[in-house]
Amino acid sequence: MNNFDNILLEIFYILIGLFFLYTGYRSFSDKNLKTRYGTGLFWTLLSGTFILGPYIDGYIVGIMIVIIAILTATKQVQISSIVPIDEKKAQIRSDRIGNKIFIPSILIAVFAFGIAQLKILSGTAAIGAAAVIAVIAVIAITKSNPKNIAVDGDRLVQSMGAVIILPQLLAALGTLFTSAGVGTVITEGISGIIPEENRLFGVVAYCVGMALFTIIMGNGFAAFSVVTAGVGIPFVIMQGGNPAIVGALGLTAGYCGTLLTPMAANFNIVPVALLEIRQKYSIIRYQAPVAILALIGHIVLMYFLAFN
Amino acid sequence: MIKLIGIVIVVFGFVLKKDTIATVVTAGIVTGLVSGMNIIEVLDILGTTFTSQRLMTLFILTLPVIGISERYGLKQRAVELIKKTKKISVGGINIIYLALRQITSALSLRLGGHPQFVRPIINPMAQGAAIVAYKEIDQDDVDLIKASACAQDNYGNFFGQNLFLGAGGVLLIVGTFSDLGYSVDPLNIAIACIPSAILIFVLGTIQNILLDKKLKMKYTVKSSTKSK
Repeated sequence: MNNFDNILLEIFYILIGLFFLYTGYRSFSDKNLKTRYGTGLFWTLLSGTFILGPYIDGYIVGIMIVIIAILTATKQVQISSIVPIDEKKAQIRSDRIGNKIFIPSILIAVFAFGIAQLKILSGTAAIGAAAVIAVIAVIAITKSNPKNIAVDGDRLVQSMGAVIILPQLLAALGTLFTSAGVGTVITEGISGIIPEENRLFGVVAYCVGMALFTIIMGNGFAAFSVVTAGVGIPFVIMQGGNPAIVGALGLTAGYCGTLLTPMAANFNIVPVALLEIRQKYSIIRYQAPVAILALIGHIVLMYFLAFN
Repeated sequence: MIKLIGIVIVVFGFVLKKDTIATVVTAGIVTGLVSGMNIIEVLDILGTTFTSQRLMTLFILTLPVIGISERYGLKQRAVELIKKTKKISVGGINIIYLALRQITSALSLRLGGHPQFVRPIINPMAQGAAIVAYKEIDQDDVDLIKASACAQDNYGNFFGQNLFLGAGGVLLIVGTFSDLGYSVDPLNIAIACIPSAILIFVLGTIQNILLDKKLKMKYTVKSSTKSK
């Protein structure tokens, strides 16, 4: 990654920080929100980690994260007054704008892909650049008031809520596990079971390990950093596996586990209630054959694609 | 072995439905402490990694575009497009939704979802298709069709989202590997996800064809005398 990419990324992080700051400000000033100080503090601290992160000591950011965790644990982080979508207006606008409404979203994907493919920017910087281009496009197409950039950004940030930071936190957890030597413990445990330097055993252990850990934890993201450090790197990548392919298929091998677990309640249990299905595990039972075949398929794909 | 306590904490935290963020932070801190680091070292790793992994949250920049699109009728337009596909079998509707869910996930559109799409649109259409074809079906099959519609959403969502460079999963892979000392590009990961997206589409399609066959076998005897 070159210097220009890094400066650009830093600008994008500041923009994200400003979004969080806006959400924090809205929460603070929402008189109807009981937990407005807690919620406001949460978003403001988060904003601080994004804007100031590289310039302050790591442990101070660590303390901010601990405070953030205390705020979420004590249910201080709630949704303040977001500006809801007026369904009737949306229908009228939809009739006026038609299929053009899809263009901005498609632009994000196309530009991110194109900018990265043409190596104008690195893949990560390309995402931010594409998002900025798409914002301009969406304003041009909908003729929306630009203040909606903040309003709708805030609406989605709040509706996703505190879990927005989960991937980042899980990465930090993964690093802590690695520094503490958790991966090594798992690696040693597994080397007792499977022969080393056997690619097929490695691939099977990694894919099945991802699925099993995901079934237990109910979250493929949480499983990924641990299982990749403990199994994926030593048993697949160090045997010559291509990291991008191994990682990509490893994570979706985990998702095969997500299809099988009641721990992933949002996907497998809540919809049962939502659609008034009589048997609690109907969705999991329906998904099971596809999940198991897909897991086997992932093992085959990884074995044949990752070592070229 | 004591080092594995972090995993135990995560599992218990998730099983007991404790706050996810607090669970993860606790697991990290406890793991660091039991393996001999002092609290400042632990907090330092936590904070430094959190900062170096900000790229995982880059998707925030795409939210305003999606939010404004929603405000200007994105969902309404999608509903209209789907409604045009009338007179298709139950499995056929499922297959179309699976494809649509994969494609829109790849474009980072949040068009699917059980509450937003499956319950109000896909399930009623699939149930309607069954009634058109077989007049009446029993409650077990009503439930089966509901479960099948929900499953398509999960298939399409899980195995489509990582085709987008900026997806949380793709950035997680990039970040995890960079931590472990391997440099990978989001573009290569997104491309590497294509085979698994195709795999799930093929498997889902086969399952839907079998579902149609099953319903047909069960109900055609009853309705074979009836002509359309």
